[in-house]
Amino acid sequence: MDAVGLTPFLLLGALLFVCGTLCMATKRNAIGILMGVELVLNGATVNFVAFAYFNPVFEIEGQIFALFVIVLAAAEAAVALAIVLNFYNNHSTVDVDTAEELKG
Amino acid sequence: MDFLYPILFWLLAALIGVSAVAMVVTQNIVRAATWLLFTLAGVAGIFFLLSADFVGATQLLVYVGGTLVLVVFGVMLTAQGPFINLKIAAGEWAIAAVVGIGFFSLLAFTLINAKFDFPVPEQSQVATTAPLAAGAADGDPLIGDKGTGHRSLAASVVLGEALLGFEKTAPEAAVTGPRDVMAVPAPLPGMPPPSSRQARLVPVLKRQKMAYLLPFEIVSVHLLVVLIGAAYLARSKRRRGGA
Amino acid sequence: MVTDFLTKTLGLSRDVADALLVFVAVNILLCFVAVSAIFFIWLERKVAGRIQDRLGPTRVGGKFGWLQTIADGIKLLVKEDLIPGEADQMLFRLGPYIAFCGSFLAFIALPFADGWVAKPLSIGVFFMLAVMSTEVFGIILAGYGSGSKWALFGGMREAAQMVSYEVPMALCVIVPVIVAGSMDLNFIAKQQDWFWKWYLFHDPFTFCAFWTYFTCATAQCKRAPFDLAEAESELVAGFHTEYSGLRWSFFFMAEYAAMFAVSGIAVNLFLGGWNIGFLPNSVQVQLGIFANLLGVAIFILKAWGLVFVMMWVRWTLPRLRIDQVMMTCLKYLLPIGCALLLGVAVWQAFVPVLAVQIVGYLLCGVFVGGLGWVVFTLFAASTKLPGPGVPNLWTPSGSAKQDLAQT
Repeated sequence: MDAVGLTPFLLLGALLFVCGTLCMATKRNAIGILMGVELVLNGATVNFVAFAYFNPVFEIEGQIFALFVIVLAAAEAAVALAIVLNFYNNHSTVDVDTAEELKG
Repeated sequence: MDFLYPILFWLLAALIGVSAVAMVVTQNIVRAATWLLFTLAGVAGIFFLLSADFVGATQLLVYVGGTLVLVVFGVMLTAQGPFINLKIAAGEWAIAAVVGIGFFSLLAFTLINAKFDFPVPEQSQVATTAPLAAGAADGDPLIGDKGTGHRSLAASVVLGEALLGFEKTAPEAAVTGPRDVMAVPAPLPGMPPPSSRQARLVPVLKRQKMAYLLPFEIVSVHLLVVLIGAAYLARSKRRRGGA
Repeated sequence: MVTDFLTKTLGLSRDVADALLVFVAVNILLCFVAVSAIFFIWLERKVAGRIQDRLGPTRVGGKFGWLQTIADGIKLLVKEDLIPGEADQMLFRLGPYIAFCGSFLAFIALPFADGWVAKPLSIGVFFMLAVMSTEVFGIILAGYGSGSKWALFGGMREAAQMVSYEVPMALCVIVPVIVAGSMDLNFIAKQQDWFWKWYLFHDPFTFCAFWTYFTCATAQCKRAPFDLAEAESELVAGFHTEYSGLRWSFFFMAEYAAMFAVSGIAVNLFLGGWNIGFLPNSVQVQLGIFANLLGVAIFILKAWGLVFVMMWVRWTLPRLRIDQVMMTCLKYLLPIGCALLLGVAVWQAFVPVLAVQIVGYLLCGVFVGGLGWVVFTLFAASTKLPGPGVPNLWTPSGSAKQDLAQT
């Protein structure tokens, strides 16, 4: 992996991040937005693990942080899905364009 | 196998890139989930390439086998009809494309021009001079690349050590001990020899790095809270009205 | 050894030799999985037949129907490739391949003999479980992409079942990992060279963990009695309703590959791996490659034995309903798994070494003794013919002459 260098990995992370952000911005389906969040978190995780490999001072901290990111992303996906299900129960649709009123 | 690594990296990067862009572009939500599957599997492959075996396996188990299945279940539970797609206007696509390309160019420019000056670690932290474990062949994948200073980050024992905060350990090569540990300084003369069944990781030096055990426990409690909260939030209630 | 041959004799560079070895290993594994699938399909039909008091395949290829699977394969190959009009074209085609890849990739980390593993990983068993969990997505895609409600229901139920049963399965796998101190399957199996060292007999918690793991593995492979999602009487055929021909056979290869993989994990973790039970490691090292070949044969026999038990259970027990399936997992197997994990951790940390050894020998003796008693009573019972006066369905009074005389 030394032949590849650090920058391609960081570029990969950046690509995942940008695609995730676009996904969050363009999808109308609430679950599509959630999938965008997953992509963003994956981009960040790739960054962490790449630095864990290439930086000789880090021994394993990058990987531990990656583990925490994965676990917490799963937790956040669960809660987000519960919210989406609640929204669907109330409005019979998951189109976020219909969620434009604040109701008490 | 060193010549394979760049090939594998570029193959996986191509897969990830194509899948991520396809996920943004596609209108069908289940197809987007499928592209997300390929992206996550590709990222797991990247982790395996970076000697992060444990993280890669966790990615597959938790993300692909857990989160993605959860997302697809959510899609099925909120479906409004067979293959209904929520479409985006063409003008919005144009704006999204421009913003996306601009954002990515900015990031790429920054990354390519960034100079990472990694500080040279002290000699004690690098395993280049560590004797290879007895019986390990040259280039044993568990021991790591020779001479490049990369410890075999793949060993799950290293993760366990880090969680507990031990920096230097003196394992004995007992028959019941894990065999894939490196950086073996001799135990100090006053230390009792570790028994073959008791803890095989005998700390030689004081803990110098932050232990990750407390965040690990906090995350466990956090998961419990999320489990209860999500189950409560998503309980079935009577549907009130609807468009 | 083979690496030396490739580098010194053939003059290839070290890197190319390694890559070639990996390629060859994967090909051998693929061929093994295919041959195993052929054998399992024949075995399944024979076992089903015998348990149902009939003979099974007897016509194709001699008296025992050896070539029945080949005939089945030819039939599947020449079938028309039907794709329903309402199916999602891409997802329908993608499902079988994802399911098969998920099952087959696990073989990379499965050791067949000491050191004979495609890729030695220090997280062997964790990697296998993680990769087998990606099979679920193939099922989901098949169920959704078929465009039919039976397939969708079956696929969703199947996915829920597989995902739920991964949790107690992983908990039961951690139990011998705690005992061994490593997740490397090669290392774990190497610890079990003598018969009484097998982790099955190590302590009561690993003993229970084996049976719990086997139950969870049967559910994970969607085998009966947990196969509601493929049940013909309930859901036509579940997620593979709309599949025919070679696409359907991919699902079945995935199922048999997964069955062999989980049996292989059980054999390596609990039943001594490739060890016969009376050949210690020192002797094996001296025998060299012959010990390895013997080990491969023993491992395959043990794993095939466990798969046979899965088939035996399938044709013996009635099917569970889906709510019973989920209840078994969440209310019974999951707490049992947690209790086993706690128990074995306490056992390893606090119980003195002498007590551990004594309990190990005791458990081994009790189990072998019990098995011997069961076998003995079965043999003793079979030599006794029902004497006169024993009533049965055919002769209510117990004697044919008496019944005939009455009519």
